[in-house]
Amino acid sequence: MSDQATTLAPQFDDLAQQKESAIFGMWVFLVTEVMFFGGMFAGYTVYRYRFHEAFTAGSDHLNLLLGGVNTAVLILSSFTMAMAVHSAQLNRRRALIVFLVLTMLLGSTFLGIKVVEYSHKFHERLVPGPAFHFDGADPQHTQLFFSFYFAMTGFHALHMVIGVALLAIMTGFAWRGRFSAEYYNPIEVSGLYWHFVDIVWIFLFPLLYLVGHHG
Amino acid sequence: MNAAPPAANALPKVHYLNVDYGIRSWLFTIDHKRIALLYLGSITLFFVLGGLFATAIRLELLTPAGDLFESETYNKMFTMHGVVMIFFFLIPSIPATLGNFLVPMMIGARDLAFPRINLLSWYIYTLGGLFTLFAILSGGVDTGWTFYTPYSSTYSNTNVMATAVGVFILGFSSILTGFNFIITIHKMRAPGLTWFRLPLFIWAHYATSVIMILGTPVVAIAIALVGLERLFHIGIFNPALGGDPVLFQHLFWFYSHPAVYIMILPSMGVISEIVCCFSRKKIFGYSFVAFSSIAIALLGFLVWGHHMFVSSQSMYAGMVFSILSFLVAIPSAVKVFNWTATMYKGSVMYNAPMLYAMGFIGLFTMGGLTGLFLSTLATDVHLHDTYFVVAHFHYIMVGGALMGYLGGIHFWWPKISGRLYPEAWARFSALIIFVGFNLTFFPQFILGYLGMPRRYHAYPEEFQVLNVMSTAGASILAVGYAIPLIYLFWSLRYGPAAGPNPWQAKGLEWQASSPPPTHNFPETPVVTEEAYEYYPGAEADRV
Repeated sequence: MSDQATTLAPQFDDLAQQKESAIFGMWVFLVTEVMFFGGMFAGYTVYRYRFHEAFTAGSDHLNLLLGGVNTAVLILSSFTMAMAVHSAQLNRRRALIVFLVLTMLLGSTFLGIKVVEYSHKFHERLVPGPAFHFDGADPQHTQLFFSFYFAMTGFHALHMVIGVALLAIMTGFAWRGRFSAEYYNPIEVSGLYWHFVDIVWIFLFPLLYLVGHHG
Repeated sequence: MNAAPPAANALPKVHYLNVDYGIRSWLFTIDHKRIALLYLGSITLFFVLGGLFATAIRLELLTPAGDLFESETYNKMFTMHGVVMIFFFLIPSIPATLGNFLVPMMIGARDLAFPRINLLSWYIYTLGGLFTLFAILSGGVDTGWTFYTPYSSTYSNTNVMATAVGVFILGFSSILTGFNFIITIHKMRAPGLTWFRLPLFIWAHYATSVIMILGTPVVAIAIALVGLERLFHIGIFNPALGGDPVLFQHLFWFYSHPAVYIMILPSMGVISEIVCCFSRKKIFGYSFVAFSSIAIALLGFLVWGHHMFVSSQSMYAGMVFSILSFLVAIPSAVKVFNWTATMYKGSVMYNAPMLYAMGFIGLFTMGGLTGLFLSTLATDVHLHDTYFVVAHFHYIMVGGALMGYLGGIHFWWPKISGRLYPEAWARFSALIIFVGFNLTFFPQFILGYLGMPRRYHAYPEEFQVLNVMSTAGASILAVGYAIPLIYLFWSLRYGPAAGPNPWQAKGLEWQASSPPPTHNFPETPVVTEEAYEYYPGAEADRV
């Protein structure tokens, strides 16, 4: 286990100041993430209001079952992530590693299901571009719906990939015993990031999947 | 002015510049002061590059005929002038150099909260710069620095993608700088340094950082979506695919208007420091100046629609944006009045930094007042996309932000380098810059009022006299910028040693030796008084 001398960076006075800075820093970073996704959410909201029918028709073609399963998978992963932080606090190294690995597995499951969904859309010619084809009242604006769908879920998936990579690094650190009950800032901060990415999905799911009638 | 005799002021034996040598000690440094110098070098290179494009523009406009460049080439020239100057010079200018150097020193900290992230931000900046250089060398880009869709996303055959990637990457360096400042200012102030004892430079950087972290992600996503449109043909901004190009303008200006305040607010912080020091007076109305920075940062987010008065925006939205834009004038004016009130009955000394500060106050006022013409709906319809707009924002960006930057570089040069610059040359070049600037840009107000549109390489003959004046002014301005570049380099070797506090200035940064040691202060200073406890007329204090 590392002691204070190796974990305290020279610019800080003590571990408490270092921890406060790390956690506050992550929150500030998440603010920038809110703004990053916010641009797309704002654009989506405006067009869903203006082209309600076309957007509903597009939403009908999303797979509610796969989306729902993915939502459950992510909520479960948030639970395992919270347990990982809890284990770090209690200095339980083995439990910490197990929960980090579980969280990564759940995140990868989410990404796998997403790939299946994307390939369905590809076969149904619902990917915007020259090959797009849709038999509805307003195919043009349904195409716009799918532009938003791919941009928003795509950026969300990118954040998931980064999250899984981050947790892989954390697992390596935990394996080598970098963390202790006094020093586990990286785990806590990674947890904040993971929960944030989950919450983005919690907003994406109803906005994209649940606006349709679904038969 | 005469500094204390050099013999009394030897450089300290060990300081951040000589603590170790070699390229690795710079490229892997996590010292905020060295990172500031890395930034100083890079932004100076980009400033010279942007200046070359400006030279090309002014040469073309010397004659009414489009004789020097094809219109396509000219489009690339003004685009790359804008991209380089705004994204790679003005936005990082003060925060990444003076801010990086001074924010920890002014609050009595050993470094920023996240030194590695600070270094990362410079690498990200460099990577973004390389992409943009690649775009320039591989044929350039011609969309205008605003990347308006659908031209940028569908029609332009120039290297939009590389430029967009460059600007997108660069945005993250700006986010990381702002992020680091916010955490540092919140968590790392020295004992006794309460919020209302902070130097106004810190308040200005805090406000700037708020804009950086709230605004930059939005332009990042807007530019990313343009990239996705070019690559994968999704159609959020493309009317042929059901999208709307005006949405891009909304997202773009939501950042890019506040970005103007990223450029000007740090300058305002610099001016507050300089005016107090060289007037030997406490700032007039500390809390008003501090909160006006915050007010500008927040109001700045509510005015983006004034770029879109003629872009199919509804008339009512236009009216609201117009009124909100007028409101920004209030905190800006508060600052100008408070600076002049600070100088009033102070012991004003006309050192070079003070000349820049006074230049700033005058030129910023001109730029601000002409902004009111543009935020008025009816006059904007006439003035939109004319040289009036060009002159207006150059008065803010060059007359304001750049004057503040140069003033700050001179003011803190003794702290950064440990040596004094030649005062007479500095005053001379400050005057040259002031004259050259006004000769360059004042005629453009008249040109715009007469109806000369921006972004064309040819113009009717009756505009030639004013354009020749403008080009002549630009060449004077270029001389004005070259002189400091030469004598600042000269002073690095031959300037007399400055001593810790050549200006007898207040503020924690002046308590450290010049140049400071790696961790700034041997022991953490304790603050017992408010900022700017100067006393006018105290002769012993005069420098």
